[in-house]
Amino acid sequence: MLTRSRQSSRHTFTLALLLWLICTPLQAALDIEIFGGGATQIPIAIAPFAAEEKLKQSVTAVVAADLQRSGLFRLVDASGPALRDPRQIVYSDWKNRGAAALVIGSTVILPDGQVEVGFHLMDVAKQVQLIDHIMIVPADRLRAAAHQIADIIYEKLTGDVGVFSTRIAYVVKQGNKYALQVADADGFNAQSIIEYSEPIISPAWSPDGTQIAYVSFENKKPVVYVQTLATRARKAVANFKGSNSAPAWSPDGKKLAVVLSLQGGSQIFLVNADGSGLQRLSQSSGIDTEPNFSPDGQSIIFTSDRGGSPQIYRMPVTGTASGAAERLTFEGSYNVSPHHSRDGKSFIFIHRSGARFNVAVQDLATRQVQLLTDSRFDESPSPAPNDKMILYATEVKGRGILAVVSSDGKTRQELSMQVGDIREPAWGPLPRTR
Amino acid sequence: MKKVISVLLIGLLSACASQTTQPTAGEEKPAAQAAAAPVAPADPNLNPILRDPNNILSKRSVYYDYDSYVVKNEYRPLVQAHAQYLRGNAGARVLLQGNADERGSREYNLALGQKRADSVKNAMTLSGAKDSQIESVSLGEEKPRATGHDEASWAENRRTDIRYQGE
Repeated sequence: MLTRSRQSSRHTFTLALLLWLICTPLQAALDIEIFGGGATQIPIAIAPFAAEEKLKQSVTAVVAADLQRSGLFRLVDASGPALRDPRQIVYSDWKNRGAAALVIGSTVILPDGQVEVGFHLMDVAKQVQLIDHIMIVPADRLRAAAHQIADIIYEKLTGDVGVFSTRIAYVVKQGNKYALQVADADGFNAQSIIEYSEPIISPAWSPDGTQIAYVSFENKKPVVYVQTLATRARKAVANFKGSNSAPAWSPDGKKLAVVLSLQGGSQIFLVNADGSGLQRLSQSSGIDTEPNFSPDGQSIIFTSDRGGSPQIYRMPVTGTASGAAERLTFEGSYNVSPHHSRDGKSFIFIHRSGARFNVAVQDLATRQVQLLTDSRFDESPSPAPNDKMILYATEVKGRGILAVVSSDGKTRQELSMQVGDIREPAWGPLPRTR
Repeated sequence: MKKVISVLLIGLLSACASQTTQPTAGEEKPAAQAAAAPVAPADPNLNPILRDPNNILSKRSVYYDYDSYVVKNEYRPLVQAHAQYLRGNAGARVLLQGNADERGSREYNLALGQKRADSVKNAMTLSGAKDSQIESVSLGEEKPRATGHDEASWAENRRTDIRYQGE
C-alpha cells in the first residue's frame, strides 16, 4: 500500500520558537517508564529519519515526543544508522531491543525547496509492514508533517484517533501584558490572537475550531467575547450589567452557556452565539458557574456552592424546569472546574485535598473518583479530543506552566513555553479536514 | 483660556487614571493624581469631597475574612457614608469591584468576588442608594493589589473597591 498526501498550509502561523522541555529526558525514558507507566504501553523504536540532519527541523524527535507524551507508548532505543528501506531491517536486532513496532523513514529536499518525508511502520514480531506513507511539505511545515506522522502511527497501533495535529489555546501573562495564544498541541508555533494590558481568562473553542470565546477585563469588568480566528473579528456576546464570564459552547456551536450576575448572584444563562436570545438556565441563591455541556447537548455540569461548599452538579438544559440539579461530587469540600470527557461517560475536574489542588476524573455511572496529578496548584483541566490526555495549568517555582497527563494518570509531562506566566489552557477540536 | 487648559488637564489625568489600573500598580497612584487636580465642583462624578483624605468618602475598600463575603461591622460606617452620598447625589454612579485571593478556580473566584461586591451593593441600597446608581462586578483573582503568595497578600486581595463614575 502506498499512500501519498500533500500537506496543506491550513495554518499560516507566524513561527515563534518556543522551548519544549520534557521533564524526563528522552534518553532516560528508554529504560524507565515515566511515572510507572502501564503494561499496556506499546514499545516502539523510531529510527532516525535518513538525511534529516540537512533539515532545520528534526522529524524523528517530534514524532517520538508526541508518541511518548500520549502515555500509550514506550520509546525503545533506536540508535544506529538511518534505514531507508524495510529490506535493510534486521528484525532480530529490534526484537532484542524490545521493540514491538519500528518506524523507519527518510527525508529528501526537492529542487523547489519542499521536503519529501516518507516512513514505514513495521510490526517487528510478524516482520510485516503496517504503513507506507510519503508526503511532500514546505520546509517550514516539517513539524506539522511530524505531527501527522505521529497521528498515523498512533491511529494504526491504538485504533483511536490521534490528536497531535490539534491546537491548544491558553493565556500568557508577561509583566502587565496578557495574550491569548494558540499553539500546536505540543506548545510550539504559538501565535497571539489578542494582546491586552488587562486580564483574559476562560478561553473556549467553538466545536468547529474556528472561533474562541473568552472573558476580557479590558472594560473594568468581565465581558464575554467571541473571536473568529481567521478574520480576528470579535463580538461581545455577553456584556450585561454586572459580571459576564465562564463561556461554554453547546456541541452544535449555536449557543453559549455564560455566567451572569445580571439578576443577582452568579447564575448560568444561555445565549445564542451572536449574543441574542438570552435565557436563564440555573436558579439558585448562591454561585452557579463553570458550565460545561454534555456531548449530546442535553445537560450541563457546573460548579455550585448551594450546598455550602463548591461542588459539581448536573442539570438538564432542555425540557423540565430548571433548578432540578443533581449533585455529583461528594468527596472533599472543594470540587470545581468540571469538563465532560468527549465520550460523555466521565468528567474531569479540580479536587482540593488539604492545601493541594489536583486534576481528578469521576465516572458518571459508578461515581468512582481517581486523582490524576499530585502537584500543588493544578487548574483548568481540558480533555484532548480523544480523551486520552488532559491538558491543565500548574505551577513550578511560582510560574504558571501547562502540563499534560495521560487519562490513566501514569504519564505526565510539562509543556513549558519560553517566557511568561501561562494559564487557562483549552484543548481545541480535531481539524475539520479529517 | 486657562479654563480650557484645566479642563484638558482633567481629561488627561482621568484618562491616565483609567489606564493605570494594572495588577501590581495598586490604586493609590491614580487617586493621588486626581486629588492634586483642580477638579470642577460642578461635575458630580468628580466631586472633590470624594478625594478629601479627611473625609470618610475617600476610603474606598472593604475587606473580608477568608471564604467570607459578609461586610464586617468596622466597614459599616464607610459603606453607609457612600450610600448617603449616592442618595444626596442622584447623578452619581459607582462601580463596586469585588476581588478574591489567588487560591482555587479562577471562575469560582470570580463568582466569590461578585458575592463580595453584591454584599456592599445590598448594604448601600438598604441605606437608601438607588439600585440604578450601583453596578457590582467582580475582578476575581485577576487584579491582585498585593502580588505575594502569603496570608498578608491574600487578606489584602479579599476586597471590594468602590469606584465612582469618572474615576
